Amino acid sequence: MGSKRVSLEVSEVCAEAVRLADVDVVAAYPITPQTHIAEVLSEMVADGVLDAEYINVESEHSAMSCCIGASAAGARSFTATSAQGLALMSEMLYIASGLRLPIVMALVTRTLSAPLSIWGDYSDIMSVRDCGWITLFAEDGQEVFDFTLQAFRIAEDERVLFPAMVCMDGFHLSHVLEPVDVISEEEARDFLPVYRPKYRLHPSDPVSMGCFAMPDYFSEIKKRQDEELKGSYPVILEVWREWEERFGRRYAPLMSYWVDDAEMILVIAGGYAGTARLAVEGMRKRGMKVGLVSWKLWRPFPLDDVREILGKAPLVLVVDRALSVGGAGGPIANEIRAAFYHEKVRPQVVSMVAGLSGRDVLQRDFEAMTKRAMELAERGEIPYYEMYGVRE
Amino acid sequence: MADLPTWRTIDHACIVFNPGNAAEYLTGDWRSMRPELDQEKCKRCGRCWMYCPEPAVLVDEEGKYHIDYRYCKGCGICSKECPYDAITMVEECEDGI
Ligand code: SF4
Ligand code: SF4
Repeated sequence: MGSKRVSLEVSEVCAEAVRLADVDVVAAYPITPQTHIAEVLSEMVADGVLDAEYINVESEHSAMSCCIGASAAGARSFTATSAQGLALMSEMLYIASGLRLPIVMALVTRTLSAPLSIWGDYSDIMSVRDCGWITLFAEDGQEVFDFTLQAFRIAEDERVLFPAMVCMDGFHLSHVLEPVDVISEEEARDFLPVYRPKYRLHPSDPVSMGCFAMPDYFSEIKKRQDEELKGSYPVILEVWREWEERFGRRYAPLMSYWVDDAEMILVIAGGYAGTARLAVEGMRKRGMKVGLVSWKLWRPFPLDDVREILGKAPLVLVVDRALSVGGAGGPIANEIRAAFYHEKVRPQVVSMVAGLSGRDVLQRDFEAMTKRAMELAERGEIPYYEMYGVRE
Repeated sequence: MADLPTWRTIDHACIVFNPGNAAEYLTGDWRSMRPELDQEKCKRCGRCWMYCPEPAVLVDEEGKYHIDYRYCKGCGICSKECPYDAITMVEECEDGI
């Protein structure tokens, strides 16, 4: 039996991928807009369609702690959270990566308070961008499904052994129904065999994990972690190639459209890339040489792809759905700038912050931002960043 | 630093493959105050053994309590907890420096 096309809410799509991954442990604390993922998985465990331990934890800090313990013991472990939940577990995120435990997490992106807001943006993920997790941005339900299964395979690869998270826009993705191709249990087992941990806590061959390191060891340990996270890049591409061979869907760290002759490339991550694509398509029809990049792989940072693809155009407009308060630009924009700083030929980078807390960014908004970016570049007056669409 | 591992040779995720090797690290080097246990006053209640944060209180075959100065870091908890004032903290250096 092969893939079948179903219509599901994207949260259910995520839960279905986790079920197909045949996880051993789910530890999650419900938080809007992640709630449906936690709910559906708990139902699956209760109904016996997923043979896993569902741990009802009292906080996200505990959720990640449980995943760390379970993963250290050799269990395939999953959690999901959003915003404040991610902030509460952030201490443990660094530990999961430092201990090199292949936990998979769905991050249903939501804005960090205050003011309290349940709507989506990327302030949560950007607050933990240095935590050492492989990080993927999904644009639609199909990517949520594909990335979730791929995340387990990548994370558990012995050449990788890092936790991985799949980010999906709160509400704009998590709560919409989409048609999605779901692979069969057989295909899933074939793609993602039973997890056989290389290192684990077991009485028959005891090891200690989570030990203390003195300053004369710490830097070497961190350098190794950094090098090996970067070293996961070819494995990610390898898994994507295999996925394409098996299921026909192709992925790349930066998915690019109309970039080759572009005079300006618009860059955005996540679900809003769908609207941006329509906007760019419209502008192309009107003869404007605009390209688009929909960002998929955030960590490890795809430095070469950034230079190769964004280096094609003299101007890059980055729309960040996160504000670095008191900082020098949007988080994605600034990493692009850093990637090009030492290059002889480099594009000018306009950083726009938009779509905070779920505010819609419509086609006409992308068009207006494009126009504004071109004007700023022409006048030679590119600021560090601008917030788009804020009432003056 | 020649004998220390490099980032390439250091153990994956800092996993310790010979657990319990903390015993090779002699925390007694840290000590500036030394607990002295008076066997005359000691009632062998075991509180010092329970409270000591290091494996630094030992019990011999006769049930007598001793301080293992290889690991005792001089924190003074045993002395504070002993209900019979059998442990006195004294300066390691005679001039107190
Ligand atoms: S001084 Fe501290 S370390 Fe030393 S024996 Fe007493 S409790 Fe243990
Ligand atoms: S706490 Fe005091 S009395 Fe009790 S065993 Fe230790 S030294 Fe002896």
